[in-house]
Amino acid sequence: MKRFALAGNPNCGKTTLFNSLTGATAHVGNWPGVTVDKRDGVYKKCAEPVAIVDLPGIYSLSPYTPEEVIARNYILDEKPDCVINIVDATNLERNLYLTTQILEMDVPMVIALNMMDAVERQGDKIDSKELERRLGVPVVKISALKEQGLAELMDKAFNESQKERRGTTVLKDTALAHLIGDLRIALSGQNVGNPLFHAIKLVEGDEIEVAMHKETLPMVEEFKKTFEDEIFGNDFEALVADGRYKYISKNFAPVLTRKSAEKFRTTRSDRADRVLTNRWAGIPIFLVVLFAIFHLTFSEDFLFISTFANWANSPLPTLEDLGLVVAGEPINYGVRWLATIYDGAIFAPGVIVNNVWNDMIVGELFGWIQGLIEGSGMAAWAVGLLNNGVIEGLGAVLSFLPPILTLFLFFSILEDSGYMARIAFILDRMFRRFGLSGRSFLPMIMGFGCSVPAMINTRTLADEKERTATVRVIPFFSCGAKLPILTAVAGAIILHFANGNGSADLITYSMYILGIVVAIVSVLLMRATTLKGETPPFIMELPAYHAPQFKNLMAHLWDKTKHFIKKAFTIILASTIVIWFLTHFGFDWRYLGDEEINDSILAGVCKLLQPLFTPLGFGSQLGEYGWVFVVAAVAGLIAKENVISTFATLGACLIAANIPALSGFDPALLEDESGIQSVLAMIYATGITVPGLISFIAFNMTTIPCFAAVGTAKSELGDKKRFKWTLVFWLAASYIVGAAIYTIGSWWWTLFIWLAVVAAVTCLIVFYNKGKIKIKFTKRS
Amino acid sequence: MQKTLDKFAIGERGVVKAVAGEGKIKRRLFDMGITPGAEIMLRKRAPLGDPLEITVRGYELSLRITEAQCVTMNTADETTAGEAKQ
Repeated sequence: MKRFALAGNPNCGKTTLFNSLTGATAHVGNWPGVTVDKRDGVYKKCAEPVAIVDLPGIYSLSPYTPEEVIARNYILDEKPDCVINIVDATNLERNLYLTTQILEMDVPMVIALNMMDAVERQGDKIDSKELERRLGVPVVKISALKEQGLAELMDKAFNESQKERRGTTVLKDTALAHLIGDLRIALSGQNVGNPLFHAIKLVEGDEIEVAMHKETLPMVEEFKKTFEDEIFGNDFEALVADGRYKYISKNFAPVLTRKSAEKFRTTRSDRADRVLTNRWAGIPIFLVVLFAIFHLTFSEDFLFISTFANWANSPLPTLEDLGLVVAGEPINYGVRWLATIYDGAIFAPGVIVNNVWNDMIVGELFGWIQGLIEGSGMAAWAVGLLNNGVIEGLGAVLSFLPPILTLFLFFSILEDSGYMARIAFILDRMFRRFGLSGRSFLPMIMGFGCSVPAMINTRTLADEKERTATVRVIPFFSCGAKLPILTAVAGAIILHFANGNGSADLITYSMYILGIVVAIVSVLLMRATTLKGETPPFIMELPAYHAPQFKNLMAHLWDKTKHFIKKAFTIILASTIVIWFLTHFGFDWRYLGDEEINDSILAGVCKLLQPLFTPLGFGSQLGEYGWVFVVAAVAGLIAKENVISTFATLGACLIAANIPALSGFDPALLEDESGIQSVLAMIYATGITVPGLISFIAFNMTTIPCFAAVGTAKSELGDKKRFKWTLVFWLAASYIVGAAIYTIGSWWWTLFIWLAVVAAVTCLIVFYNKGKIKIKFTKRS
Repeated sequence: MQKTLDKFAIGERGVVKAVAGEGKIKRRLFDMGITPGAEIMLRKRAPLGDPLEITVRGYELSLRITEAQCVTMNTADETTAGEAKQ
């Protein structure tokens, strides 16, 4: 099967063209060794089916970014049968800059002139026949969006793929032409493929080429000695880039006739931008957009209608008030559907999707399967494994899907519309202080919703170190699933230690702030030690705003869904089964019911681990039953939701165990879903202190996140070693935070010890870094 | 008159005279079309004063003040004078 590669700038409509050409055959994977998306698919409407590979969007073929290296190696080494170069007609000069580089390769090539409709709407004209004549390769006008000209494009490409093409260059008229010519001859003498391309890259001093053709390099060095340009000196890289742009402005740009002579036109997009990135309004608008996204995804009081109704002293009735729900049960099937949309308040669209998915689809289906298994007469342990291990586990993971997809939809809209780049533009200044760029803000803030899409979204970060640092701190932005832990423990603290006088919300908010502070400190620390490096540059295109494409959005979402479901059914499923075994079997391999959890292997292991948590306030000092907090924390490693359900199980176990401290505790209270009563039972049984409890929630917030997030971090970080260190980092961070909170909370004067340690570490890092610079200088001199 | 791009006022135009800077950043500036002879207009500064937004070769590009300091410009009045001579 013939293979065609799509190459072009970012934002030139390449993905739209790819989706139109390949439709349902598209497959998204990774390029080997890097987390850059690799898309491929099949186009079926040619003389024979053709494989289409979508190369990463790039501006040039320099050796500096992984995307550019991937694209260039693909064309050079994998030798596609034809390269389809998509050129954004509204941005001809810069797009053709890449074209001039691909032209130098010995590969058949066709130009797809995209967005001609936008050019014509501005009243401009492009003479595509003339462009074709000047470039020497076929030029086809297309509209990727409206799927116009695609058949012609593919026929031309197919036609070209049957011919040979030698590389051509636009640098013929420059001072370097002779050198390039000589190098080309020398390289073809050595039987190097694509001699012209390699010759020019060698002239540029491209680091990849220099390493590859060491023996030919002296020719360039020799020439350099005798050469002196009045502007560029002997900076050949600059000379080549300048040569390309000069040629483009002189020979290619004239095919475009503009309606107005004004070079710096103000388009509709510019007018929108004037408001959206306005000096005063820019940041407030951004905050409103961000708030709206979270409100639409997570709010159980859409548009605050219920809050307003309460203010007006006419609260909206709940379903129970209406008599539609009696004793917690909906009176009929219709009411169950109604309950997904409304219950005393109208839910936001994201919540509705979530309710429909979890209550009506997954819940219903899994409930039915669980019923079948229960009625099948299998052994108790098998029923337990399938129902509580496999199905509950899958359900817990699949329940993440709606918020992940909803958040993803919104962020794809921001990305596709061009606003995402502006957010980075607005916030860059703030983030540079921490050695990050404005781009890292969105993944972080997405972490408040769910770490999984947040980590996937770090793909928009160009710098590898910045990406690693961002992935590592994302879990510190407390996700939706961690909130129940916070409210349960905070509620119990207020009830037990403050007799109900005080604000549990205050504790919750402070924990959110604590997470942000830990994230900032961690980034600063990493950027000063293990992830040292310059702040990544911010030379970034701000693409014109346009309406996001429905088809593209759906393709995005479908990719994510496939990715997530695949993971849910492999690594996450396996882990839930393992954990189920550990909680339902004792060391004597006897099957244990839910209430016997304290005889389980997990409990046994946690009793061993218990002393480790002593500095954090929930270890050995809690006595015989202290391990319950450790079990809850360990269970949280699967899914943070598990912490609350573990609280309930543990609470029940503790009461069943007849501990004197719990006499008079009403077991019925444990039915309370918020988990506050379960935590109270744990407090009674263990005598844990307030600093210990706060340390416990802080530990849960900053430690290794859930399985889903860990799996995502693993695939996003790519590198195994980096992933292992990330796990260590999470453990260390949470341990230190927990220990600091517990010791300072229990003995205030330890604050000074902590401050002394912080000061010492800071000094050490600063001096070490300064010392290193000195060493380098002495070596150089 | 010559000055670096970061010194431009909003709406000010000029022509690139020279581009300095460390290899990777310079190459990136070149690749994005900031080469000698390219006309640039400073569109705006971000709400916090940095980065800058410029129009170059018909599209919008954002870059930081530190990166703009690498770009030496001939300012508009001299350009028009230059054009008049031609």
